[in-house]
Amino acid sequence: MDMNTTQQTALNTGSHKMTKRSNKPTWILHLMVLPAAILVFIFSYLPMSGIVMAFQDYKAALGITGSPWVGLKHFQYMFQNEYFLQITWNTLFFACSKIVMNLLIPFIFALLLNEVRHMGFKRSIQTFVYLPHFLSWVTLGGILIDMLAQTGIINQFLTSIFGTKPIFFLGDGFWFRLTIIFSDVWKEFGFNTIIFLAALAGINPALYEAAEVDGASRFKQTLYITIPSLIPITIVVATLALGNVLNANFDQIFNLYNPLIYQQGDIIDTFVYREGLLTGQFSFGTAVSLFKSVISLILIVVSYRLAYKFAGYRIF
Amino acid sequence: MYHKTLPYRIFSIFNYAFLAIISVLCVLPMLHLFMVSLSSQAPANAGLVKLWPIGFTLEAYTKTFGNANFLSSLWVSVERTVLGTALAMVVNTAAAYALSKEAHTFRARNIYMWYFVITMLFTGGLIPSYILILKLGLINTLAALILPGLVGVYNVILLLNFFRAVPKDLEEAAFMDGAGYLRSFISIYLPISLPAIATVSLFIMVGHWNAYFDGLIYIKESENLPLASFMQTIIVQADMTKFDPSLVANLSQRTIRASQIFIGALPILMVYPFLQRFFVKGIVIGAVKE
Repeated sequence: MDMNTTQQTALNTGSHKMTKRSNKPTWILHLMVLPAAILVFIFSYLPMSGIVMAFQDYKAALGITGSPWVGLKHFQYMFQNEYFLQITWNTLFFACSKIVMNLLIPFIFALLLNEVRHMGFKRSIQTFVYLPHFLSWVTLGGILIDMLAQTGIINQFLTSIFGTKPIFFLGDGFWFRLTIIFSDVWKEFGFNTIIFLAALAGINPALYEAAEVDGASRFKQTLYITIPSLIPITIVVATLALGNVLNANFDQIFNLYNPLIYQQGDIIDTFVYREGLLTGQFSFGTAVSLFKSVISLILIVVSYRLAYKFAGYRIF
Repeated sequence: MYHKTLPYRIFSIFNYAFLAIISVLCVLPMLHLFMVSLSSQAPANAGLVKLWPIGFTLEAYTKTFGNANFLSSLWVSVERTVLGTALAMVVNTAAAYALSKEAHTFRARNIYMWYFVITMLFTGGLIPSYILILKLGLINTLAALILPGLVGVYNVILLLNFFRAVPKDLEEAAFMDGAGYLRSFISIYLPISLPAIATVSLFIMVGHWNAYFDGLIYIKESENLPLASFMQTIIVQADMTKFDPSLVANLSQRTIRASQIFIGALPILMVYPFLQRFFVKGIVIGAVKE
């Protein structure tokens, strides 16, 4: 360490200008990153090398180095498989519906919440609507399966009010899709308002004062000041969501679906788990998830580029 | 003064009522579940319990806590949460501190940054990760639940942004007095960023407590199953094959299912008010946007 310091000092005095640069040895900084770097190498980079399995017929006994290469066999099979097209469509359908609803509802909710002048009431509302976000899909799966059952509280309620027959929410394809989208919005809309509320707090009050002087009603103020002020952040959120069009939320589907509605409810991730991991078709499963990862990667890079270009958004 | 006009007042009344109804709808399912867990079996099974317990009893809770499988799973969850959070915080804060230095002081900084960020963009996927854990011999160990997710790149970026906001003069002064990076990290950065560290810890804790999928695929013995995975198997999948039938038979009763779900969610219900306050201040959003 001493030697290192003297060397660096020597270098510094040798340069023309004494910069403000600290002459501390940086090996300690390397050492501080090291544990994280090693863990990431083992648990993120090693599995990345495992994707070569997608081009092999992986046999556990032969390992990755010994298994025979089969080229694009699994990908060919995948694209000829009608069921694969179905789950890709399901994935896109769920993901896109959720993206749209999870922008629209929080947007409206934030506007309504913005009209609440009583701070205590506003805070209570926020505490209530944020709650579902923090619960896991295992918890919610357990609750929803109970509540949505044929004899559950929701069917009881619907029967007593509308006199309808009990609805098979989790056993009928149409109702399952509706349940998935609705429950996701229910879980996340409150939390998603946060970003809009932050943008609302940043609006210059002078704009409203000027509008007031000009005699604009609150509705007009909302239309011409509030909503336009929220457009930039909405564009950023929508653009970033582009990277998620193949993420239909494994945890949610996995905790609510069942074999009855695979046709309408199965998504790429649940398919990889069932057909790849559970039934041991490791290579085919890896091929399917590689397909998804590559498309997602492209979309993420594109969406971040766009967000940076249009709104100067940077994550770090 | 728009808020004194009549149309706005009428709107306000409807708005307050609407928001109140919506927010009640967000907590109603949890409340209903809690009431079911406090009711007697017969009215619960008949679907009579709505938002008030019928035939109040704590039997479901005594039975849940009397179940050996439930207790061992609860313990595994506590273990993974405490150990996993502590280790993650040590590793992540240290990395975040080093990466918070500018590239001209810490030259390798940008290389490390990309090295970490790439893992956010692209992953090997489920099956290669599973084979890796298998090959490392970590199946059925606590390590399989803790190590793979230990480095949260998002958390590192969050902490890094907090560390960057610490006034540089503090560290310069410490350097003048002969402190090194490690000393500055421990004596200046950690204490000053305590709120941020507490929040990130809470996030990691919630993540560990809620995690069920790793337990499902990496843990084969029922007594090593964390609580979330245990509940996923028993309640959501209604799959009793992994367990001793005589021990888990009564766990599928409705009131006991409800009490298990409630106990499982209780730690989250206790910490989320702290987490949400953090969000309301917009600190996370501010930190991420820089």
